Amino acid sequence: MKWVEVIVSFILTLSFLSFPSCGFQSDELLVDDEEFGLEGAPQHRSPEPIPTRSPPVTSPTRKRHSDLDSDSKIQFSLDHAFGDSDFSPAGTFSARLKTWSHGGQNLLESDDFYRIRLPSNVLSPPGRDFIISSVKARCLPRESLDEHFVIHMEGVNVLAVNYGSPGSCPYPRNLKLPAKWSFSSHTVLKNSEQAPRAPVFTEEILGGENAEGEVVQPAERSFWAKYWMYLIPLGLIVMNAITQAMNMPEEQATGQVPAQGQPSAGAVQRGPSSAVRRR
Amino acid sequence: MAIRSFFLFILFFSSSLSPVFSLYEDQVGLMDWHQQYIGKVKQAVFSSQRAGRKRVVVSTEENVIASLDLRHGEIFWRHLLGADDVIDGIDIGLGKYVITLSSGGSILRSWNLPDGQMVWESSLQGPKHSKSFLLVPTNLKFDKDNVLVVFSNGRLHAISCIDGEVLWKKDFEAESFEVQQVILPPGSDLIHVVGFAALSQFEMYQINAKNGELLKHESAFFSSGFSGQVSLVSTETVVALDSTGSILLTISFQDGKISSQQTPISNLVEDSLGPAVIIPSSVSGIFAIKTDAVTIFIRVIGKGNLEVVEKTTHEIAVSDALSISEDQQAFALIQHASSEIHLTVKLAHDWDGNLLKESVKMDRQRGLVHKVFINNYIRTDRSYGFRVLIVMEDHSLLLLQQGEIVWSREDGLASIIDVTTSELPVERDGVSVAKVEHNLFEWLKGHMLKLKGTLMLASPEDMAAIQSMRLKSSEKSKMTRDHNGFRKLLIVLTRAGKLFALHTGDGRIVWSYLLRSLHKSEACQSPIGLNLYQWQVPHHHAMDENPSVLVVSRCGPSSDTSGVLSFVDTYTGKELSSLSLDHAVVQVIPLPYTDSTEQRLHLLIDADKHAHLYPKTSGALSIFKREFSNIYWYSVEDQNGIIKGHALKCKCTGEVADEFCFDTRDLWSVVFPSESEKTIATVTRKLNEVVHTQAKVVADQDVMYKYISRNLLFVATVAPKGSGEIGSVTPEESWLVAYLIDTVTGRILHRVTHHGSQGPVHAVFSENWVVYHYFNLRAHRYEMSVIEIYDQSRADNKDVWKLVLGKHNLTSPISLFSRPEVITKSQSYFFTHSLKAIAVTSTAKGITSKQLLLGTIGDQVLSLDKRFLDPRRTVNPTQLEKEEGIIPLTESLPIIPQSYVTHALRVEGLRGIITVPAKLESTTLVFAHGVDLFFTQLAPSRTYDSLTEDFSYALLLITIVALVAAIFVTWRLSERKELQEKWR
Repeated sequence: MKWVEVIVSFILTLSFLSFPSCGFQSDELLVDDEEFGLEGAPQHRSPEPIPTRSPPVTSPTRKRHSDLDSDSKIQFSLDHAFGDSDFSPAGTFSARLKTWSHGGQNLLESDDFYRIRLPSNVLSPPGRDFIISSVKARCLPRESLDEHFVIHMEGVNVLAVNYGSPGSCPYPRNLKLPAKWSFSSHTVLKNSEQAPRAPVFTEEILGGENAEGEVVQPAERSFWAKYWMYLIPLGLIVMNAITQAMNMPEEQATGQVPAQGQPSAGAVQRGPSSAVRRR
Repeated sequence: MAIRSFFLFILFFSSSLSPVFSLYEDQVGLMDWHQQYIGKVKQAVFSSQRAGRKRVVVSTEENVIASLDLRHGEIFWRHLLGADDVIDGIDIGLGKYVITLSSGGSILRSWNLPDGQMVWESSLQGPKHSKSFLLVPTNLKFDKDNVLVVFSNGRLHAISCIDGEVLWKKDFEAESFEVQQVILPPGSDLIHVVGFAALSQFEMYQINAKNGELLKHESAFFSSGFSGQVSLVSTETVVALDSTGSILLTISFQDGKISSQQTPISNLVEDSLGPAVIIPSSVSGIFAIKTDAVTIFIRVIGKGNLEVVEKTTHEIAVSDALSISEDQQAFALIQHASSEIHLTVKLAHDWDGNLLKESVKMDRQRGLVHKVFINNYIRTDRSYGFRVLIVMEDHSLLLLQQGEIVWSREDGLASIIDVTTSELPVERDGVSVAKVEHNLFEWLKGHMLKLKGTLMLASPEDMAAIQSMRLKSSEKSKMTRDHNGFRKLLIVLTRAGKLFALHTGDGRIVWSYLLRSLHKSEACQSPIGLNLYQWQVPHHHAMDENPSVLVVSRCGPSSDTSGVLSFVDTYTGKELSSLSLDHAVVQVIPLPYTDSTEQRLHLLIDADKHAHLYPKTSGALSIFKREFSNIYWYSVEDQNGIIKGHALKCKCTGEVADEFCFDTRDLWSVVFPSESEKTIATVTRKLNEVVHTQAKVVADQDVMYKYISRNLLFVATVAPKGSGEIGSVTPEESWLVAYLIDTVTGRILHRVTHHGSQGPVHAVFSENWVVYHYFNLRAHRYEMSVIEIYDQSRADNKDVWKLVLGKHNLTSPISLFSRPEVITKSQSYFFTHSLKAIAVTSTAKGITSKQLLLGTIGDQVLSLDKRFLDPRRTVNPTQLEKEEGIIPLTESLPIIPQSYVTHALRVEGLRGIITVPAKLESTTLVFAHGVDLFFTQLAPSRTYDSLTEDFSYALLLITIVALVAAIFVTWRLSERKELQEKWR
């Protein structure tokens, strides 16, 4: 699973996305090599590649705090709505609304939906339609309000956004107010994966002769692992035989002891034993 | 766990010994049945051959050409043309060829009448699209060659009847010319082509039939314009209606001169009737017009004088004319009375006299007569007799002769829209074995025969008797529930708006019901049935109730017309009630809740995105209120490429207080970029699917947890360019993207692109996997891919100690709002066939392994073990993996000839495959429908939980008896020996 994590410079990552970001470098892959204009002019294509501002993509996840610079080149806005209220701008993508201020508490009490929306086209917002996503409000509060975005992109188009809390949110959701009414966000961008190709064996048939001897032998299993199903019954039989063998002399002993030591009782017992002998 | 895997291994091993589950020859027809249909008849031509078997050739709306036995209605032969090869006309040429014109008049074919072999085919091109006509003149010859006259695509062709060669052609290129009739006056070498130009110009062309030369072209201007069709009242007179539908225009073109006369309808009939339409017919001298309520027959006398001969408010159907002698034409007329139909055969020039008048009792469930075809024969007393073939509203075909229905065919079953099943009634006391088996003697005889068969003493005649006894076994067609759940009712809804209940045992029709709500009415102009849902499935506390189904229909083709609901009892086939809704039905969501009478709750979404709850009872409402916040659904807007998720908001805020109406809101949306993706397939899991275990034990004693969610949606999109025919784009500009979307939160759980691939996509979703079929343009082959999705959040529950100490999260509730931790595994394989349908077997508890059922392009159903579509297949599976049942990786999926479920049969025009679990875990019932119907039972892992049909009970009994006897004998012997020893 290849995914790129981005914190600030969303646009810069876009440029990265335009290259095949997958390990399997197929010659068939068709990704349009267009670069996107930085200034966000609709349909504008900048002839130059993206400036080499180093994208801070090195850290796997980083919280985006409210003290981020707001002069970054923002391409789209993020709107949000409390329950059924209308969408109001929550800020541009890289500088989110800092607090939930009003409405947030009511929302938590009623455990209603907290909805967000994004334009479906980065260059010409809002594109065809807004991408909406929502989560139950009580999923968000932890220490602060934790949110987790997974934005699915295809070129300049946003397909969908998975929005929710970073962790689990099991059903009996208790009312828990966050310590800080500010958001800490994690954002993941995802591009489409390549499907594995149907296996073609033509080459392998040619190289198969050489590889014949190198066929990985299955790890030799222990004697016990191989034959336990035979060994257990065998063991049972042996044990059975032993107990019988143990019993045999005992029986003989018990058969003889009363005859010697307790004649009165022996007379009673002799009946069957003599019958056995007679048979 | 080890024990279970060991058992699974044994199970697998026993099944892998014989991985093919084919039938023996004598098992055909034991559990399966196959029915052949043709669809609603559009046109019928009677073969006029004196000798040989009487037959009628028909073309149907399912694009079938068939030759039927006129005596019994059986099919002699039949051809199903492609879905876009619509038949425009059929006729019989030279008494031995069936000529068909199809595909908008561009393909002309000739078939041999006795056996249906194609003789020739010719393709007719033309300058523009037009109506098409096929005429087979009896006496027109061209160099001793019989000639067919075809008008199609704005061009008139004369074609040799022998080899399909075009003898001459003539274009009618005038831009606005619309052909209305092509007339061949008998006994002359002229062809008249009449039509309209520019909506108000009447045009007549006279053409030499020998060489296609234009002899004369006349036109006349009518300021009032034309509407609808024209009716031909003689070879030189047509009748048309003006654009208002209130004035009749009688246009005659005798000797190439156009003369006309206008007659307002109000002159003929006193009361005003509103706009009329002409009923197309070809009876000379008489035509019919129809207004909303009244049908009027009008006779043309002399040159344009009109006279009303009959006015009727009954529903009426008229046949074409049949010439019975040189100058006499007869036609048939069918009128409806309450429960009867009246058939009258009249001579064209003599309205008042009847050649024949008969009344036939008609089942009301067949509805109105839609079409009549007349044929004559010579009676034993040398007089003319008439038989008519009628097509009813429910698409059935009947032959009437001598006041009786000689045969009938239920051809409505060729166009099934939706299928559901219903259980049969529980067996009541008093139905004993003796009643089922005719009497004790028969029963004994049967068992003696069977015993003979097992002991191999039976003669060939006995064997035949045993076979027929097995096939007719009354056990399988009983009308009560059986222990194994093999006997059920298949409830099918046909395009004609009729419900049928078919018995799964032998496929017979138990009842049929023409839905009254699907009748045309004032409020509902063109009702169409949409779907069937199980409305009431009584099982525990409502056992006395009969189960019922819900039929959802709507009053027109567009989705914003108002809907109609009908509730039909599945035991009796009676309509319990019907509801005309004041809102549209865009989506129906069966909810997994039932009220106190076991009525299933349904949520209907209308065009304004309001949700309406049914049934409208307070009990249902209180149940619904409880689950109010847990109801989510999604909608797919195919045109826009948007998928939206919805939830309920609050009560409707309309002016009318309706407590069963709710407002909805959008929760999420996925917008596919319109320039690069177009949705072509969406598939979800079956609502009633049962999954036995969430855990999957893999080879190295490891456990994987299936991600099982009812709310997963598979979506396939293709590049907009690549949404056409296969091969219309290069691999570079075509791709296919597969998505797995959670329909509660709108999360995309998996997204994968297949470059160089193209639709059509057929997909099936079951448990935690989806299998889809598409075309790979690079490999020039069809491919099937599998995606399996596993839950990682439960992956660390492998430790036994955790399970023992209860430190696992297996019982914790799952919320889809949590971030899912899933991994997917996928793999693609080549597959030879293109598909028409795909389904998966489903069993009662979901333990039995799954098979995919593929409806191939050859109209057969092929079963393919799911193990072949395992993403974990590798080239060299280890020993452990082999034991688990992993098949070594191959590039393509095998097609094993014995695994055709339909064995030697074909389900012509296959459209859908439905699987229903039986009560017996190993068995699943499969119903495939198209133009034909096919039903069978499948056991994907063999019938491990019951004895097979051919189990030898006799041998078992003999063995037991022999053993008991042996015990007694040895006991006696040993006692005797003991006694002897005692005496020694």
